[in-house]
Amino acid sequence: MAKKGWKDIPIGGLIEEAGTAKEYKTGSWRTFRPVIDKAKCINCLQCWMHCPDSCIKVKDSKMEGFDYDYCKGCGICASVCPVKCIKMKPDVKQ
Amino acid sequence: MANIKELSKIPERLTSGHRLCSGCGASIAVRQVLMGTTSPVVTAAATGCLEVATTIYPYTAWAVPFIHNAFENVAATISGAETAYRALKKKGKITKDIKFVAFGGDGGTYDIGLQSLSGALERGHNFVYVCYDNEAYMNTGIQRSGATPTGASTTTAPAGKVSYGKPQIRKDLTAIVAAHHIPYAAQGCISHWNDLVTKSQKAFAIEGPAFLNVFSPCHRGWRYPQSDTIKIAKLAVETGFWPLIEFENGKWSFTYRPKERKPVVEFLKTQGRFKHLFKEENKPVLGRIQKDIDTHWNYLEKLTQATSA
Amino acid sequence: MRERMPGKMHQDETRCKAVILTTHFNGWHGIYFKLNSNNMPTKTKQKEKTKNIVALTGDQAASEAMRQIDPDVVAAYPITPQTEIVMNFSQFVDDGKVSTEMIHVESEHSAMSACVGSAVSGARTMTATSANGLALMWEIVYIAASTRLPIVMPVVNRALSAPINIHCDHSDSMGARDSGWIQIYCENAQEVYENVIVAVKVAEHKKILLPVMVCQDGFITSHGVEGIEIFPDDKVKKFIGEYKLEHTLIDVDNPVTYGPLDLQDFYFEHKRQQSEAMKNAITTIPEVLAEFNRTFGKSHDLIEEYRLNDAQIGIVALSSTVGTTKTVVDELRKEGLKVGLLKPRFFRPFPKERITKALAGLKAVAVLDRSESFSNEGGPLFTEIKAALYESAKRPLVTNYIYGLGGRDIFPEDIKKVYKDLEDIKKNGKVGSLVNYLGVRD
Repeated sequence: MAKKGWKDIPIGGLIEEAGTAKEYKTGSWRTFRPVIDKAKCINCLQCWMHCPDSCIKVKDSKMEGFDYDYCKGCGICASVCPVKCIKMKPDVKQ
Repeated sequence: MANIKELSKIPERLTSGHRLCSGCGASIAVRQVLMGTTSPVVTAAATGCLEVATTIYPYTAWAVPFIHNAFENVAATISGAETAYRALKKKGKITKDIKFVAFGGDGGTYDIGLQSLSGALERGHNFVYVCYDNEAYMNTGIQRSGATPTGASTTTAPAGKVSYGKPQIRKDLTAIVAAHHIPYAAQGCISHWNDLVTKSQKAFAIEGPAFLNVFSPCHRGWRYPQSDTIKIAKLAVETGFWPLIEFENGKWSFTYRPKERKPVVEFLKTQGRFKHLFKEENKPVLGRIQKDIDTHWNYLEKLTQATSA
Repeated sequence: MRERMPGKMHQDETRCKAVILTTHFNGWHGIYFKLNSNNMPTKTKQKEKTKNIVALTGDQAASEAMRQIDPDVVAAYPITPQTEIVMNFSQFVDDGKVSTEMIHVESEHSAMSACVGSAVSGARTMTATSANGLALMWEIVYIAASTRLPIVMPVVNRALSAPINIHCDHSDSMGARDSGWIQIYCENAQEVYENVIVAVKVAEHKKILLPVMVCQDGFITSHGVEGIEIFPDDKVKKFIGEYKLEHTLIDVDNPVTYGPLDLQDFYFEHKRQQSEAMKNAITTIPEVLAEFNRTFGKSHDLIEEYRLNDAQIGIVALSSTVGTTKTVVDELRKEGLKVGLLKPRFFRPFPKERITKALAGLKAVAVLDRSESFSNEGGPLFTEIKAALYESAKRPLVTNYIYGLGGRDIFPEDIKKVYKDLEDIKKNGKVGSLVNYLGVRD
């Protein structure tokens, strides 16, 4: 995609929109992916609280899963899980 | 006390897609601190890992207003924004209640930004300053800072044939900040989220300057597996390496006391930056570090007693 | 006390022997007198057609303009010889004469940093500085320009250390000439007052959006008292209008990011935009000045030509030295010498077309620089003028004089010597010495 020229970008380095980093998928960094055993999960949300990449999906106070678009596979979620229901598995790239 | 289920309803202010290292402690610190308020926030950051990795043009991971100016001046920059807000509010040009928060690493806070921070605290701006402390200049490649602890090997104070790493002790920044007699200052840690979020809630609620010094491990700089960030943060608290204390309206207090402080080696042995200390010739340094921690802990005990009346 | 203020020699208002009343004007405990439109003294009860003339120093003139502008935020740190601006303005704040929120920062670095934070938040923002203060804020001076923030900063020119010196030269602001700020140089306190007002309008112009330094000579102008014509508050207010930033940092409903990391793929484009803003400035500033002139009955321009029309030799100078030179030009003209003077008011943007056109008809020109560039090729004003002339079909011989460093006075005799040298150059058709030092002991 052609990048915009100086006449077409805001002045002063301003980024006019919030949260545009969402367009940048960091999931490709991952070598291990977190996998959850929902049967064991107690929805304590420790994984959500400690995720550096805001990649734990929470809905109605329940752990819903991982956002693999951005998850870098650090494994903190698995490490902090008190019931050990998250496992890190080698990520198979498509 | 914060309720995690309630906190999970606050929209994320720092989005995914930032380029901090996998397993970074800094973004965890930012997320937890920002859970301390539901008000609209204006954020600022000093030059450093957090700033460069969250705002690589044309991308920004900030879902809230954000400004980066330079390395040593985030406190002055937020002073300007907060003052502009007051000026425009006075004139009726803005009506919302807004909170202001500045983030700086330990380099940008303990060292190069200390003057700017001191000025802003003394002037009494209504803002929260958050130091995400990872104990070295990580953005430029793990150089020693005023926050680097004794014995840590960094790229500018490396362990070598005649050196055990940094010989000096880290400065007590939280006490320096408290010496400005601001309403609130505290040390928090990302492993103790409830403690930190509670402190953040206090910091945001208070009128005037508030300061949070947040222990934020860096696996690249400290050399440990990236999944262990929270585990290591917790060990820092359990060993007394990073006491969870607060200074509120002139009174010091512990917000968490380990039942029994673990020996500091439990913390040190988890990280490559201290590996050399376990060589026979450096054993006395381990003793010294433990002694320093004990001395500081006793000092804090006396401080809390002295100011509790 | 200095016996003479060389920069003050060409003040038509101050030549009047006015009826002087001691009064209290907007906080000034000073001398107050009024002149009618013919600049003749009159009694203050005659209200019609009177100008409001107040005896003020250059620093007071700057702060008086700031009072009328009534910026939302001022963040400043005191430094000689700018201190009086900060003191005076603080008094205005504490007396409730302005609505400004003042930030008494702990350094100039924080002054400019706070100005950046304030200006991005949509507040009209000002500061002021001198010499080492400007040097300390250097890093953020660039950031203010690159972030395209219309901050206005009176600069009271003072020599840079070392050795430490509190007196005038232009080494401070000349060093900042590539920082992306617009720079205006003022001949006297009247111009300081007027240019500070002009600067707000220039800085905030949609086609420009760049910060502006309004430079005056330390002590010579900043501490010398002149009769200053002060415009009515409401007229100034109307002229400058409201500051409205399109995307403000504190608009929490439309969150933006300022100051991102800008790498190989976009940094250059942002710099290119800055160049364009400065190009726009050279064509837009005359429009702003025309509006100023219409509103206040003045004759500001990018440059000022003094008896240059039929001149054969000329001097180019900035700031207070222009006043001294005008007097010398008048004297030499009486002797029949065809001498003239060119005063660039704006140095950034550099009014190249106007300067080369003004100098085209001359045989020889001397450029006076109150700062050294240490390039061995002359001071900054000289090298830029010389470069500009390169493309002129008709160009004079040019020579450079470095003078007045660290506040060394420049006397009419010094200026006369320069004109005498120019006569020799004209006669011989060649420049003897390219870079000369005027008024230094061998």
